[in-house]
Amino acid sequence: MEHGSLTDESSSTFSLIDEDHTLANSVRFVLNQDPRVSFCGYSIPHPSDNNVNIRVQTTGDSAKDVLKDALNDLAGRCKHVQVTFDKSVTGFKATQSTNEMKVDE
Amino acid sequence: MSKGSFTSALNMPDVPMGKLPDHLEVQRTRVVCKADAPIHTEGIQFSGAYAAVGVDNSNPLDKFKRDFKIDVIRLTKDEMEFDMIGIDAAIANAFRRILISEVPTMTIDKVFMVDNTSPIVDEVLAHRLGLIPLDADPRLFEYMSEHDVPNERNTIVYRLNVSCEKGSPRLTVKSDQLEWLPDGSKLHEVAPSYPGEQQKTYTSFSGSQLEVSRRALGVKHKDITIARLGPGQTIELEAHAVKGIGKVHAKWSPVATAWYRMLPEVILLKEIKGEEAKKLVKKCPVKVFDIEDLGNGEERAVVKSPRACTLCRECLRGESEEQIELRRVRDHFIFTIESASALPPEVLFKEAVEVLHEKCDRVISELS
Ligand code: SF4
Repeated sequence: MEHGSLTDESSSTFSLIDEDHTLANSVRFVLNQDPRVSFCGYSIPHPSDNNVNIRVQTTGDSAKDVLKDALNDLAGRCKHVQVTFDKSVTGFKATQSTNEMKVDE
Repeated sequence: MSKGSFTSALNMPDVPMGKLPDHLEVQRTRVVCKADAPIHTEGIQFSGAYAAVGVDNSNPLDKFKRDFKIDVIRLTKDEMEFDMIGIDAAIANAFRRILISEVPTMTIDKVFMVDNTSPIVDEVLAHRLGLIPLDADPRLFEYMSEHDVPNERNTIVYRLNVSCEKGSPRLTVKSDQLEWLPDGSKLHEVAPSYPGEQQKTYTSFSGSQLEVSRRALGVKHKDITIARLGPGQTIELEAHAVKGIGKVHAKWSPVATAWYRMLPEVILLKEIKGEEAKKLVKKCPVKVFDIEDLGNGEERAVVKSPRACTLCRECLRGESEEQIELRRVRDHFIFTIESASALPPEVLFKEAVEVLHEKCDRVISELS
């Protein structure tokens, strides 16, 4: 859910249900990397509530688009982590099995 | 001095442009652990933080892709350790949090007691059963929501039926005595009115679960003690396992623990020689320091294995305090995963990354 104003779309608060620090903190990091963002932060109104508010203020662009870009960026990072991790694990398993073969000889 | 010759402090020749002065660079990339407390713990995430000195603090996606690295250190069936380099704590921590509380597993959630005369009361016994790791791949199953009927795609049924004969010694009930029922529950909701009458059971399987799992399902560890029975005592029950996440109850958590530490860095600020060097080597319980022979009978201390440092700060006590600096590298994480579920740790980590990816996708589609 987005809480913003109709006249100025450069600042908004987004209220995400069923999310917590896990997503909000990661998104805040990515938003901080975006030069279009002039302010961003998040808060969890109450620890028993399962929602989080993310505040985004930009230098002019639509806050919603900037947040969407940040989420896309984060998703891209996840993909890259997965690919890199896969490569390292396969590499590690390969060297391990050759080492084992050497022991057997 | 005439008014025209004014120069801004930032334009003075000793302020390097495009490069941070050393003390700021340390602040940016390291956490410094002083004797009493660490300093500069909060990372500086804002991309324009150093714009005034012409330094770009951002880590855009393409730079991240170029610099990000993973080194596997150790990988066994249940445990792995790897170095994750070039990532912010926010994202590394997200992976850790997801591993603990949002990667699903199959776990016993409902227990139907038929008979329990053991010294362990029903609710405690049910709780103990819930904590037993099952050897079932959660990716093959679906979540069961409130209105779903239990079927072979969302419920796994185990039966436990043990009794200790009168006159025999005490019996220990182990987890491998949980017997998997591939055809679902054998308990009837209503007792049959005549022998052989077909009554509804607590599950409605449409076929054998073997078709879903393609192998027999059991427990991960066969030697977990469930209860001890005295002569004449009996346990008869049926346990239904469903898919869930650690956020709801820790029994669904797939890891014993998942944790990381930042790579330690130990710096000798001054040369430490002779007796003092020997003292320093002795002080460190994990042998971070070593002696180097300089020839001509002189010896000095060197940092040999900083990775082993546990940050006990023993070396900062006494006179060596001013001579050593303990730091941690801010974007280098030594990540350890101990799996306590059916899946090996490397699969769990990939699942965790996938969960974060899905979270992003979900919010994007909600915003559109
Ligand atoms: S902090 Fe402890 S473990 Fe680390 S170098 Fe000093 S004495 Fe060794």
